[in-house]
Amino acid sequence: MLKDQDRIFKNLYNDMGADVKSAQTRGDWVNTSELIAKGRNWIINEVKDSQLRGRGGAGFPTGLKWSFAPKEVGSRPHYLVINADESEPGTCKDRDILRFEPHKLIEGCLIASYAVQAHVCYIYIRGEYFIEGQKLQSAIDEAYEKNLIGKNAAGTGWDLDIYIHYGAGAYICGEETALLESIEGKKGQPRLKPPFPALIGLYGCPTIINNVETIAVVPTILRRGGKWFSSLGREKNTGTKIFCISGNVNNPCNVEEEMNISLKELIEVHAGGVVGGWENLQAVIPGGSSMPLIPKEKCETLTMDFDSLMAEKSGLGTAGIVVINKDQDIIKCMARIARFYKHESCGQCTPCREGSGWMWRMLERMAKGEATKDEVDMLGDVTNQIAGHTICAFGEGSSWPVQGLLRHFKKEIEERNNLDPIVQKKNNIPYLVDQHLLDKKNA
Amino acid sequence: MSLRRPAKNQPEIFEFSPSSLEEANKIVSKYPKGKQQSAVMALLYIAQKQNDNWIPLVAMKYIAKFLDMPYIKVYEVATFYTMYNLSPVGKYFVQVCTTTPCMIRGANKLVEACKEKISDKENELSNDKSCSWMEVECLGACVNAPMMQINDDYYEDLDKEKTVEIFDKILKGEDPKPGSYRGRLNTEPENNRKTLMDVKNA
Repeated sequence: MLKDQDRIFKNLYNDMGADVKSAQTRGDWVNTSELIAKGRNWIINEVKDSQLRGRGGAGFPTGLKWSFAPKEVGSRPHYLVINADESEPGTCKDRDILRFEPHKLIEGCLIASYAVQAHVCYIYIRGEYFIEGQKLQSAIDEAYEKNLIGKNAAGTGWDLDIYIHYGAGAYICGEETALLESIEGKKGQPRLKPPFPALIGLYGCPTIINNVETIAVVPTILRRGGKWFSSLGREKNTGTKIFCISGNVNNPCNVEEEMNISLKELIEVHAGGVVGGWENLQAVIPGGSSMPLIPKEKCETLTMDFDSLMAEKSGLGTAGIVVINKDQDIIKCMARIARFYKHESCGQCTPCREGSGWMWRMLERMAKGEATKDEVDMLGDVTNQIAGHTICAFGEGSSWPVQGLLRHFKKEIEERNNLDPIVQKKNNIPYLVDQHLLDKKNA
Repeated sequence: MSLRRPAKNQPEIFEFSPSSLEEANKIVSKYPKGKQQSAVMALLYIAQKQNDNWIPLVAMKYIAKFLDMPYIKVYEVATFYTMYNLSPVGKYFVQVCTTTPCMIRGANKLVEACKEKISDKENELSNDKSCSWMEVECLGACVNAPMMQINDDYYEDLDKEKTVEIFDKILKGEDPKPGSYRGRLNTEPENNRKTLMDVKNA
């Protein structure tokens, strides 16, 4: 277990209060101007040395991302955008940072803005987190009052303004280019890449977009050194991470732990074990709903980091662990996730817009045992038609959980669904004749 | 995608109240000059708040003029994002999360409570016209599942009885206390905390 002194988010459960005074006793804002005085290159190199990877899901090296920002500010200003549109089912880590550690985020914004030469920072918060947004706003107001941000922020000579922009209930706005569209006041539909936002982003200007957790750990990394951060975890998967353990566990919780911790330890030690005991475990979704699930056999030895989960054909994603025990119907669980994706598809690319609905309807029928034998392969075919054929990664995100189900639980689906693929009137299943009737009822 | 349609009965006039106007101007000033369109989402929220928690078409037209942008662009935004209510909802607007992490911890019991206490169908006003409910996708409080949102507040760690109690309160016009309903501190592991114990006991 990670030692308490190595935890970055000491106020994760709000034992101490989120105001600037208590934040300062935890070490925030102590020597910000000294850190910034060491210069842009030092900051970026230190972040590179720490091997910090983005905490929003994709795991892109943060130092590298920052170095993509143009070295000289041209005619267009630079922007820093913080992605706080946390909507991935199973994930609720950014919420705690916004509520209880806002000053870590704000200080991180100042350092990151300086590193990428931005004078304006927008924090995009999902609309449902209105209360959290207000708490962050009061922290921002506090910071303005103490001159920690604004003109000559924290005595660094750098000017920074931070604004909050609320989303309005669209999961897709967590995709970085959709988020930019949303800030520009449009529908949140992702843009084609390239051009990448680092060169042409918000209002056509160079923009660096980072997750809340990524930015919030930066001040601590600079204070304690990139070497300290990279000494935790393992090569290329370094540092600490907030894990959200939800689902069928005795004590669901958020906990900050070292990367590469074993899944069993997380569940047994922190979350109080699986409901009904470890033997009652059926499967685990390791990184938010868009990552393929992992069956029990593999959970015994699984370690939680980007690369080891990739090797299991899954991913760390946002580290939202959803534990599913044997009391649950796994097909129904995945059908509900498919419904989520059907609801949240932005509608821009046909394979995703139509395919996400197909996957949901097929899985709903499979859960009821109303599908035909050959539809199991057909479902796999649909997922392959979506993944990789869309503008953004939502296509993969919606089809991976279904592919994971097919990979590990194909036998269960086939056992339940053995109808003959011929229309049989006595069965009276409406979809075989017109599928849209069923759709209408559920839309 | 979700299907969203504006209400049939639409009011004919809409205008920002002085306080809304002040708020709106403050928000427009957050964005660079000439990029006032960025404020459209926030302005729709203001209109929604002013108009009993829903947005009539005339308000979209008003906002379009206010921000000097085409009406259809405002309409696009208002119909794309699911948090803009295009038809009237209850004064207490209950949203129950039923996505998988909540589902496997019994979110359907919360839906049952909604059906018993508020109304049989989603998006339908209760008998006294004060409440309505709907199922929504992940609200991002998965370790506190099952949970629901009433207006801006989160109610966490629920079960059917506690949900019914909350509904009894709001039907009487009281505001129940938000947060965890099992008395645990935010997202800590209940009765099983092993980390940061020195600050907990401080």
